Amino acid sequence: MSPLATTLLESGETTTAEAVLFWTLGPIMVLAALGLLFAKKAVHAALAVVVVMISLAFLYVAQDAVFLGVVQVVVYTGAVMMLFLFVLMLVGVDSSDSLVETIRGQRWIGLVAGIGLGAVLVGVVGRATYGKPFGLSGEAVDNNPTGVAHIIFGEYVFAFEVVGALLVTAALGALVLTHRQRLTPRVGQKERADARVAAGATLTPLPAPGVYARHNAMDVPALGPDGQPLESSVPRVLRIRGQEADAEEFAARTERVLAGASSVRGVRGNPPPKASPEGAPVNAPELGAAVTDTGQDGPSTGAGGVVGQEDRT
Amino acid sequence: MRILTEAVAPVTADFSEDTWWIWLIKAVAIVVFLLTSVLFAIWFERKVVARMQVRPGPNVHGPFGLLQSLADAMKLLFKEDMTVKAADKLVYIVAPMIAVFCSLLTFAVIPFGPNVSMFGVNTPIQLTDFPVAVLYILACASVGVYGIVLGGWSSGSTYPLLGSVRSTAQVISYELAMGLSLVSVFILAGSMSTSQIVTSQTAVWWFLPLLPAFVIYIISMVGETNRLPFDLPEAEGELVSGYMTEYSSMKFAWFFLAEYINMLNVSAVATTLFLGGWRAPWPISSINDGMFNEGWWPVLWFLAKLWAIMFVFVWIRGSVLRFRYDQFMKIGWKVLIPAALVWVVAVGVVQGVRQFSGLDLRTVLFVLAGLVLAGLVISFVIPEKKQPPAPKRPPGPQVYDPYAGGYPVPPLPGQVLPPSPRKRRAEDTAAAAQADAENQTTPQVTQEVHGG
Repeated sequence: MSPLATTLLESGETTTAEAVLFWTLGPIMVLAALGLLFAKKAVHAALAVVVVMISLAFLYVAQDAVFLGVVQVVVYTGAVMMLFLFVLMLVGVDSSDSLVETIRGQRWIGLVAGIGLGAVLVGVVGRATYGKPFGLSGEAVDNNPTGVAHIIFGEYVFAFEVVGALLVTAALGALVLTHRQRLTPRVGQKERADARVAAGATLTPLPAPGVYARHNAMDVPALGPDGQPLESSVPRVLRIRGQEADAEEFAARTERVLAGASSVRGVRGNPPPKASPEGAPVNAPELGAAVTDTGQDGPSTGAGGVVGQEDRT
Repeated sequence: MRILTEAVAPVTADFSEDTWWIWLIKAVAIVVFLLTSVLFAIWFERKVVARMQVRPGPNVHGPFGLLQSLADAMKLLFKEDMTVKAADKLVYIVAPMIAVFCSLLTFAVIPFGPNVSMFGVNTPIQLTDFPVAVLYILACASVGVYGIVLGGWSSGSTYPLLGSVRSTAQVISYELAMGLSLVSVFILAGSMSTSQIVTSQTAVWWFLPLLPAFVIYIISMVGETNRLPFDLPEAEGELVSGYMTEYSSMKFAWFFLAEYINMLNVSAVATTLFLGGWRAPWPISSINDGMFNEGWWPVLWFLAKLWAIMFVFVWIRGSVLRFRYDQFMKIGWKVLIPAALVWVVAVGVVQGVRQFSGLDLRTVLFVLAGLVLAGLVISFVIPEKKQPPAPKRPPGPQVYDPYAGGYPVPPLPGQVLPPSPRKRRAEDTAAAAQADAENQTTPQVTQEVHGG
């Protein structure tokens, strides 16, 4: 038996350690509980509840109810509050409560009922006389889970089963109430893919914006193999906002490069790739000129014309 | 802690001689062990994954690149610590702390070994233990997830929020399966205290008789730690990096630290509950009357098993792809949880039979194995249902329509593509060219146009 329980039995008072624990956790819990009432954001309120729950668990453990304390954290903090948070996040995190009364005069009724409850509680707690505390006894102290098990599955097994059945019924009821019959066939990944193919939509990812080796800004449309700008390569948002760069300019630049490849080469910028020593050309000469151009014909975006392309990992 | 350790008697480990400085030594040792293990684990993971992908991995800093993770840690320390504008300041700062703090708690109840003499005090190599130690581990894990959830929410941005919502759903569904798989160990060991569970595995390690529970635990532990193939809360391809997208510098490092410590935690729990804890493996355990199960030796076996499971983590990461979210949820709710429930009921029935008939566990297991074998033999005796004969294919290659279903489909064996129109055109051209060549003797070559 723990020293706590022993002192409790002998003097009827708790130890200093427990008093310190209580007077530390007590204010924290009260503050957190007030936080629940006055927090503006729903998630902050939920956090305040978590603090209260964990502090309660500490108090349970301090009073020899180790099993209760730990299960409190696992079940309430770990599962129930987590579900609350989940719903809060799904429903909308920052929506503060609407202040419209749905039932007329509900605030006044609530206030009166609250004051009434407070009065009753104060009356009952204030008048109660406390017997000498005797703590836990026997197996419940030495092996808390076994003691709890003996009580739950021995003395209160019927109540336990009834509660279990009630919970299962409630869960099933929720399932039945939220169940909707499917009126249309399910559209899964395969069906969507089939529909896309049947509609003749683009199957591959859309082309990325930017002109290879010249410009990689989001607002610059990519050039197709025919040298024409591809509208679909610019993000839809930019297109709708009208922030798309002038495609014609880039297309025209490419045209110029293609047309005057030989005159550009050798004036400035990088030389075209040398043919490999074996004598086999790396590229066809016409292509090589187009690719290695440095972009002097228009507003260039950087040295070498390969800005941002070299270090993507 | 004082209350916890002394309220209990039915815990095998004997903490009666512990003093405050013994506790301090053990606590500091655990924290140091965890931090160095994380550094090692990062190096280990990168090295093993690299080997699996046929590349050397980190090999520049220190011997075998061992100091690589130290360099990474230093880099994170010196990076600019940014707090995004839309963040909910307090929660944003507290979230990584919650994650790390809760992950550090688990090892307090993990037994590294039996009683040893530590500076003249006879004490187990374990900080503390109490009758609900394993439940305490679950509690720490479930509070630790708040770090992830709140981190994602407080960042005030879409991807982190999606990551944290995923994480919530993941934790709720996988913790159920995890808890249920542990229940069968509680039933057989008759206790939830870690030292008691290790003691109960003197004869046989629980992963053998409880193999289904072990498999379920291994799967759900990967889900619980957000590791591939279950790393949906931080999926790089979909959510940038999920809940930690907006974190940088040390706050990011704390999340990272928490993830790796959690890997160590679940590995240690698997070792303790299923793999015999600190007990030596069989041929070694019988040497010299159990010499290797006493003193400081068990720490070695414990660490070996721990790192074996860590290797499994890395192995899985190196070989399995990430799940799609709906598939992941389907596995959790439709496979793992029902399987775990059925298994718990089965174990409960067997244990009940064992207790009320007074049979030995081995006898019960043999009887069960016999039943399974008998069922197998009977299933061989029952004649197989005749399959209707497959429709006969006409001989010879079949021409089929490759675009019948909308997709271009390659031919199966026995099928051929219809004659290609392009090929026919080419043949026509060739024929025309030949006819031309016969007419005029000068050859003509079609010039390919570049850059059209």
